[in-house]
Amino acid sequence: MKTYDLSELALRNLRESSLRNSLTTVGISVGVASLVAMLSLGIGLQKLATRHLAKSGLFDTVVVTSRRELRGFSRDDEQRSTASAAESRALDEPARQEIERLPDVLEAYPDIRFITELSYQDKPHLTMVSGIPDSARSNDAFAGIPGRFFSSETAPEVILQKSFALELLGKTPPPGQEDEIPVNDLAKPLLGQELIMRYAQRVAASPSSADNAPAKAGLAPPAQTESDAAYSVVSREQRLKIVGISDLDPDSMRGAARARVFLPLKLAQDLRVMQPSDVRDSMRGFNKQPSYSTISVRVKNPKQVEAVEQAIKKLGFNTFSILDATRSLRQFFAVLDLFLGIFGSLALAVASIGIVNTLVMAILERRREIGIMKAIGASDGDVKKLFFAEAGAMGLLGGVVGVALGWTIGHIINLGTNIYLKRQSLPPESFWAVPWWLVGAAIVFAFIVSLVSGLYPAARAARLDPVQALRYE
Amino acid sequence: MTVDPNQPNSQNGAPAIRIVDLCRHYQMGEALIRAVDGVSLQIQPGEFVALLGSSGSGKSSLLNLIAGLDRPTSGAVIVEGRDLAHLSREALSRHRLRTVGMVFQSFNLVSRMTLAENVDLPLRFAEVDRGRRQALTRQALERVGLGTRMTHRPSELSGGEQQRAALARALINQPKLLLADEPTGNLDSHTGTEIMNFIREFNQSLGMTIVMVTHERTLAERYARRMILLADGKLVDDQPNPMPAAAGQQEGRR
Repeated sequence: MKTYDLSELALRNLRESSLRNSLTTVGISVGVASLVAMLSLGIGLQKLATRHLAKSGLFDTVVVTSRRELRGFSRDDEQRSTASAAESRALDEPARQEIERLPDVLEAYPDIRFITELSYQDKPHLTMVSGIPDSARSNDAFAGIPGRFFSSETAPEVILQKSFALELLGKTPPPGQEDEIPVNDLAKPLLGQELIMRYAQRVAASPSSADNAPAKAGLAPPAQTESDAAYSVVSREQRLKIVGISDLDPDSMRGAARARVFLPLKLAQDLRVMQPSDVRDSMRGFNKQPSYSTISVRVKNPKQVEAVEQAIKKLGFNTFSILDATRSLRQFFAVLDLFLGIFGSLALAVASIGIVNTLVMAILERRREIGIMKAIGASDGDVKKLFFAEAGAMGLLGGVVGVALGWTIGHIINLGTNIYLKRQSLPPESFWAVPWWLVGAAIVFAFIVSLVSGLYPAARAARLDPVQALRYE
Repeated sequence: MTVDPNQPNSQNGAPAIRIVDLCRHYQMGEALIRAVDGVSLQIQPGEFVALLGSSGSGKSSLLNLIAGLDRPTSGAVIVEGRDLAHLSREALSRHRLRTVGMVFQSFNLVSRMTLAENVDLPLRFAEVDRGRRQALTRQALERVGLGTRMTHRPSELSGGEQQRAALARALINQPKLLLADEPTGNLDSHTGTEIMNFIREFNQSLGMTIVMVTHERTLAERYARRMILLADGKLVDDQPNPMPAAAGQQEGRR
């Protein structure tokens, strides 16, 4: 029989005992819906986790450090390193530019971090300050905070971490309950206020600066003997305007770990604040150029992190990325999806038994009809294909309806959860994702399961002896 | 007797059906039922043969063997040059589809389908194009006077009309043989005559070979040109019936 005729005949037969066939189809639909719901939940949760991690910049970031830092201070090491000078380069500005020119690198910026004193209403507070690149504007930690992001890369503005904001306002909630205070309450009294930052500026040792500096200095270190290595340290003050408060956990962000006050990166660079690595470099005596302790490299796509890491290692630096951590995360979700998929499939397995039952019943009921068809020339194959087509049609229809049902159920659950989240004054989340491949795969899976279920009934119908079938009245 | 099943019936005068020492035995519990027991006969193309016998004489079993619905226990049944005993299931279904057409006592229309769909069914199995199928179906139903009842279901029709639809279905693939198993058994004498007139017309105008199973001797005498009597699975009588047509025609015009 031609495929078109076959499917037409199959659909026609399905319409005949519509109640039983539609109940069977509903069974398949529920099975597919549960499968789709389970897998969408798994995929959605994975996407949610990945999205948050990607926003935090952990996935697309490579942290570069100099190999020198790993060495001790002993002279032996120093001498050995001259032999391999090419691969233990200083992490300075030319190195940064070279890294930035590598393919797939979006930007490479130094991590500037220092501990300094900030005065608010004449009260000094000591804390870690970190420079934040302009690209962090869209970052999870800064998007949607009370206030705004820095107006420019050199604007004398700061964003405070919540715990520092609490400190400035003199509020000290019991430990563990800091989360209970909404950031918005802290923003009101602080936004627009000024902080005064006192810091140690590193000034190249030229005769003029040496003369001018001591006016405010006080802690100028003894000048180095080699002139190109010489610099002095001058105490400076900088007025900074509070423009935003971030809820960010101080431990969770690249580069800025443990910092509680954030400055625009360019401003932080221009301030030329004395950094711990400077002291180390000066002790080793090769600081012709100020070097950075670490450089953060942002890669276009998390997939390219590994290649970029390799390229940077070839330049002679150490690298670190969170790629390994993501690998185990992916593994976790693969296992989760598998389990959810198995649970989802159980309902489909039950539904497939329904198909077998429906078709076996149909054979009993249509025994005579099968006999007639064979008597007037239907081959075993024709009968088999007809029952197969009926099973397949139920599977296909059930699959389509099931995907729609699963999609709807998922959205209702998502909606309900978001209403709950809103009541808890948490931002809405989408932990529900039905990718197109899942839609296609679920329908195809339902189709295949149905065909497999149809195997036995179809074979049984094909084997039916027409003389026997026609004998019964 | 050696028979080459691949030898097609090309010679003029070769029998349409040749049955050689045919047996069909069933095991029913302890007892062995010899439904057909050593029957040999030949039927020429264009013959109108009646298989007579009381119930249980094996006439329907013989018809089923000729139709390819059943396989013999032993012996040969050669239809149009092919020995059905040695055909594959697939080839047997092709034989039922193209070589023979069947009508039954109980009409055997698919009750869930309309008349047109019923008549169309063998064309579907024969993979005839859709457009041609519709034309052929209409033509076949018009021929038996059911052109206006195409969308009706069998249950909406009288027995005579159902049997006419069954005839249309039996002829749709233009078989050489029409096998009729008590075609008038469920009909009153008037509609029975109507059906028999159709069958005779197919025999005379289309040259179809007819094998009709019946237990009514008068019906056989009126229409068939040869009467074969079976008893207990054995052929007991085989005689020509030289003057069937005149009586039949009178009956038809009444």
